[in-house]
Amino acid sequence: MTVRVFLVDDHALFRAGVRAELDSITDEIEVVGEAGSVGEAVAGIGHHRPDVVLLDVHMPDGGGAEVLRQVRTALPEVVFLALSVSDAAEDVIAVIRAGARGYVTKTISSQELVRAVVRVSEGDAVFSPRLAGFVLDAFADRPGAAPISDPELDLLTPRERDVLRLLARGYAYKEIASELFISVKTVETHVSSVLRKTQLSNRYELSRWASDRRLV
Amino acid sequence: METKAVEPVRRRRTGRVVAGVAGGVADHLGIEVFWVRAAFAALTALNGVGVIAYGLLWLFVPQRAASEPEEPSNPRERQQALGLVALGIAAAVLAGLFSGPVSGWIAGPLAVALVGAAVVWREADEAQRRRWRDGAKSGFLGAGRSTIVRVLAGVALVAIGIGVLLVNSYGIDQLRFALLAVVATLGGVAVLTVPLWIKLINDLGEERRVRIRTEERAEIAAHLHDSVLQTLALIQKQAEQPREVKRLARGQERQLREWLYGRIVEDDSEPATMSAAIAKASGEVEDSFALVVQQVVVGDCVLDPNLYALVQAAREAMVNAAKHAGVGEISVYGEVEPERVTVFVRDRGKGFDPKAIPEDRHGLADSIGGRMERHGGEVRIRTKSGEGTEVQLMMPRKTADKRETGARA
Repeated sequence: MTVRVFLVDDHALFRAGVRAELDSITDEIEVVGEAGSVGEAVAGIGHHRPDVVLLDVHMPDGGGAEVLRQVRTALPEVVFLALSVSDAAEDVIAVIRAGARGYVTKTISSQELVRAVVRVSEGDAVFSPRLAGFVLDAFADRPGAAPISDPELDLLTPRERDVLRLLARGYAYKEIASELFISVKTVETHVSSVLRKTQLSNRYELSRWASDRRLV
Repeated sequence: METKAVEPVRRRRTGRVVAGVAGGVADHLGIEVFWVRAAFAALTALNGVGVIAYGLLWLFVPQRAASEPEEPSNPRERQQALGLVALGIAAAVLAGLFSGPVSGWIAGPLAVALVGAAVVWREADEAQRRRWRDGAKSGFLGAGRSTIVRVLAGVALVAIGIGVLLVNSYGIDQLRFALLAVVATLGGVAVLTVPLWIKLINDLGEERRVRIRTEERAEIAAHLHDSVLQTLALIQKQAEQPREVKRLARGQERQLREWLYGRIVEDDSEPATMSAAIAKASGEVEDSFALVVQQVVVGDCVLDPNLYALVQAAREAMVNAAKHAGVGEISVYGEVEPERVTVFVRDRGKGFDPKAIPEDRHGLADSIGGRMERHGGEVRIRTKSGEGTEVQLMMPRKTADKRETGARA
């Protein structure tokens, strides 16, 4: 079964590049449409009903987070994967919290991008090393961090932390599984659980988080 | 005519006694400033013509701009000038007393008013100079207490002078009526011109905003020109060498990121924090070996000598991976915890057998192992032929540092 993908990026050149790459290296993925603005994206996604939307974080009129806000409730079955050059933690975390199932950087290789798309289409989360780092930072326990109101959501389990660390170190799921003596399925469960916590936790206010983070 | 280029008259900024008018005229005519002052003094004796001429020149001739050089003032010349001013005033008063239509009781208040006006005008000059100096940050109003005192004193002098003059001419009752009329008229004019004032103020603000924007744009343009455009030009030139193109593009990307997201403030300065130091080391390895170093640092702290050694060891590990692993990408992960800092350098390359390293390859043993051990750290290496290498570096943190890093770097 092919995964139907919709591209959203305000740079036409980049869209063309991704489309060409995806078309040439795999039959698993079919690019069904693309959009260069928030408005076009909302209309296009509604029309094509893709499986996965590759979403740019930075766009005029609110960026990827705005597309998510407008589409998510109407089409909950559509999965979003953020794709960006941004290094700013608050941008990336904002898109994740708006509902994206993962985040990869634009420098990702074509094969890895295909793998990431297939993985999110199957319901898994995709964490690039950078996103794993951001999330570890966000949930770090340090003086001055926001108080914990809901331990279910506001704390990572030691196991989830281990998985995130290995992700940040550049390990693939299979390598993580053998490193921690668990199954790949369990790794996936941990990552999905971390994603859920990142999306739902009220642990930090995002604007404040950006300036509070980092220094231990 | 002389062949020398005719420069417009500019009032002097230094060596001036009242407003630099005489000096400016002297510079313009190419004669000694003494003669110009003497001429003004002499003209003043003729019913105050000199004062009026001086005032008009003051109004209409701009100050010399701050950028133009000027010779320093000369104390003797200054004394001479003060003498001439006194002489001119005395001559005018005498002439008025004895002959002219201007009698003493007019000349006295008039002189007071003139002095007041001179004080206020000088303040205006001063304000302009301040603007030049501070780059337009403070206007006339943001000038400080002494300025306000001087301006108020000047205004008071002018008011007293004119008041005495009018009282003498018309008597107190008429004056009261006239004053009321004047105040009412001024009030009316002020009300009528309110929109004009508001517009003036707005225009001033708008002009300032536009200037700031323009300056910012110029700075961005300069930066893009220095870095991005240069790199693009280089890339076009070397399009035949993919390795070089990759290196250039990657280096430029890193630079631009640093500039945009402000991670590292200056290029040449030694980084002060762990994350900045790792970023810098990664960048250097990327540049030297034309590969991608994917680096993630969680948490951050201020560098101390031990951590500096850790960064150096990590850099050495990256260099090793770049040289021997035969890969296009290296992953670096650093984590700062309260008790320790760990760095992992990983590649998916050839890997090796640690026991089989030839004696002459000291990189791993000395640069990494020795360095870490000297500073109380640990190294672990995981590798297998064909499965890549991971160097794990761990450095305990000094307890004193914990408190210090509670504050922001």
